[in-house]
Amino acid sequence: MTTAHAEAADGILPHEPEKATLEGRNKVLAFWLFLGGEAVLFGTLFATFLALRNQTNEGPTAAELFHLPLVAAATLLLLVSSLTSVFAIQAMHRGNVAQLRNWLLVTVLLGLAFLILEIYEFSVYIRHEEFGMTTSAFSSAFYTLVGFHGAHVAFGILWIAVLIGQLLHKGLTVVTAPKIYVSAMYWHFIDVVWVFIFTVVYLLGKVG
Amino acid sequence: MDWITTVDHKKIAILYLWAGGLFFGIGGLEAILIRIQLIKPMNTFLDAQTFNELITMHGTTMIFLGVMPVIFALMNAVIPLQIGARDVAFPFLNSLGFWTFLFGGLLLNLSWVMGGAPDAGWTAYTPLSGKGYSASHGVDFYTIGLQIAGLGTLIGGINFLATIITMRAPGMSFMRMPMFAWATFITSAIILFAFPAVTVGLVLLTFDRILDANFFDVDGGGNPVLWQHIFWIFGHPEVYILILPAFGIISEVIPTFSRKRLFGYSSMVFATILIAFLGFMVWAHHMFTTGLGPVANALFSVSTMLIAVPTGIKIFNWLFTMWGGQVRFTTPNLFAAGFIPTFTMGGVTGVMLASAPADFQFHDTYFVVAHFHYVIVGGLVLGLFAGLHYWWPKMFGRMLSETLGKWTFWTFIIGFHLTFFVQHFLGLMGMQRRVFTYLPNQQFDTLNLVSTVGAFLMGVGMIIFLINVFLTSRRPADAPEDPWEDGRTLEWTIPSPPPEYNFKQTPLVRGLDAFWKEKMAGHKAMTPAEPIGPIHMPSATILPFLMSVGIFIAGLGFMFSRDEFSSSIMSFLFNNYIVTALGLLITFGSMLMRSLFDDHGWHIEPEELEEGEQR
Ligand code: HEM
Ligand SMILES: [Cu+2]
Repeated sequence: MTTAHAEAADGILPHEPEKATLEGRNKVLAFWLFLGGEAVLFGTLFATFLALRNQTNEGPTAAELFHLPLVAAATLLLLVSSLTSVFAIQAMHRGNVAQLRNWLLVTVLLGLAFLILEIYEFSVYIRHEEFGMTTSAFSSAFYTLVGFHGAHVAFGILWIAVLIGQLLHKGLTVVTAPKIYVSAMYWHFIDVVWVFIFTVVYLLGKVG
Repeated sequence: MDWITTVDHKKIAILYLWAGGLFFGIGGLEAILIRIQLIKPMNTFLDAQTFNELITMHGTTMIFLGVMPVIFALMNAVIPLQIGARDVAFPFLNSLGFWTFLFGGLLLNLSWVMGGAPDAGWTAYTPLSGKGYSASHGVDFYTIGLQIAGLGTLIGGINFLATIITMRAPGMSFMRMPMFAWATFITSAIILFAFPAVTVGLVLLTFDRILDANFFDVDGGGNPVLWQHIFWIFGHPEVYILILPAFGIISEVIPTFSRKRLFGYSSMVFATILIAFLGFMVWAHHMFTTGLGPVANALFSVSTMLIAVPTGIKIFNWLFTMWGGQVRFTTPNLFAAGFIPTFTMGGVTGVMLASAPADFQFHDTYFVVAHFHYVIVGGLVLGLFAGLHYWWPKMFGRMLSETLGKWTFWTFIIGFHLTFFVQHFLGLMGMQRRVFTYLPNQQFDTLNLVSTVGAFLMGVGMIIFLINVFLTSRRPADAPEDPWEDGRTLEWTIPSPPPEYNFKQTPLVRGLDAFWKEKMAGHKAMTPAEPIGPIHMPSATILPFLMSVGIFIAGLGFMFSRDEFSSSIMSFLFNNYIVTALGLLITFGSMLMRSLFDDHGWHIEPEELEEGEQR
């Protein structure tokens, strides 16, 4: 606490640089709104999945397919990455650019690891279980829902990577801070969506 | 060039207006062709396939590419002014929203020249819209074109929400906000929660068609009714996205030309919110005949009828506003006055349709066609005409001719009732919707003739309007700040057309109908809330345009990714998703540029403000 205040008093950056300008506040607000829309988007995908999850068309069923240990590992990676993005924002509020950069880097790497696991998972299903997009209504719904989330993760990785580059170039300013803050919001959001996917798709799929 | 790179909300409004007007014209032409085909029984003017394409494109074009952009045009032109802001919250996104809408619309209309338009109705019901029944690329143009255009709408919605929440002038609390701003606010909220649903629906349909997924294909375990649920969870709120702005416009026009404040302002606000909320609860009234069962039908019946209550409140409030006012029937007010009974009739047939047993009779007949045209044309289009005539001087600095305006009104509204009133009876007598012809001697002949004549009369009204616009554009731009003399809201306190910074000094709002309040207190202008100082402006940029071009290319690439081409180069480019990737590269590249090079904007200095004053 004291350090945070001391550094703010140095006069370089306010305590919450992401909310220091009208543009910054607008950005954060609009991003909340955008996430509202994203929630409807994923809600619709979940509803579709729930409606079709037993329509396996004589293809593999969820219970036959899923390997929970693998998915649990992926879940752990993503949850931890959410935590590290919190650390990043805390570092930002302390005005510690080096820590901020490092935590963002860790977040990106964890996200990347998650993505690799997911691609591996998909490739196993496709190659060994003959479970592709066209197999059944269940498979279509599965790949679309989980794949959409995966695409969000991929986008988030690219985005945060660009922001890290910006941070190195321009430093932490009232322009870059809102972007970083908003990207962290995004990252938490896809993390929360994943928790739902883990429950609704994988756990529910295993128990029937 | 100036127009391609602009981020000024007033110019973007004009872009929306021209583009929307263009598509509206195309949709109107399609309507006329449909009506010519139906002028007499067993007509051979069009064949069945063309007719299907025409009704599909007419409905789709009118809703997504015709009236929505004109609504956005008015919102863009007026909202920042009404709330005392210098621009919208995100000028860059505003431009992006316009360009994605335009390129989505272009993509959709390319279908006419690239192998067949969509032909499964604007609702694209599966399995009709599946590959089994619709093998050409028509429906692909529909799914991908609407996807791109829908992106623009969503962006616009978020932008207006943020603008209204954070950029209101000092003193303008929510309960002092003009009704059109309220309507925009609520409409944008509906957009935010309704459009992502159709986004998903369109993605699923695209996957079914291009990647052979099985969402709606019964053979693979899919479920066609799922499409209907997703479509109408979006589709019903969509009709409130259309009508609430019209309500907002009417609530501005009527008080101005009655020289009275809007009767029951707070109940109007409350009714708007209630309508939006209920709008999300009633989607299955479009699906009474799909076999949801009596319990679901009863619930959706009742919730639908509930909407009549807040709507009725609105109608009575408008009537009470006029009651005892000094009413002037200028062109905008004529349209507003014509709106009230016409829209009410559409509402009454809506309640009739909401009764599930009755709907089993009405469903897919011309009764439904009559109903929704009473609401959409008799409600929204009359509202848009009122708004366009009302704000034209503010947007362009020129008054439209009142004489021609009145001619527009009378030909349009008479033509409208001729066209659609008789369709109620056609429907009750059993004439089906979406069928390209009918047999003689079923008593359909005369009424269809009347309907077609009416459609032509509406066309005449549109042409008179265009002539009015053309003649007006050749006159000098000399409209005063407050051309109707009884302006009540902030947009009437600044020059027509406004300078690019809108307000030299942000005004201080001291009550509802801020400008009127000052006038009543004997003041000629608003009290400023800030000293004169430099004004920060965003710079123009080509990036939104490029991003939209990229999405457009990616869409085309994806659509043709499974085709067989005669030339091997083309096959290579499309079948390996190279075209798609190229498009995405342009889009993401532009996003990266935006991210790397900060836009610091520029400043207008106080001296320049004074100069602008003198000119
Ligand atoms: C201006 C004069 C107009 C005329 C003469 C006209 C006429 C028609 C006709 C004849 C149909 C076909 C009915 C059928 O067979 O199913 C139709 C359908 C439709 N119209 Fe219009 N219309 C007009 C304006 C509008 C406007 C302004 C809108 C919307 C903003 C609109 C929205 C629709 C929709 C959604 C459909 C249903 C299309 C479908 O079945 O897929 N129309 N119209
Ligand atoms: Cu409805």
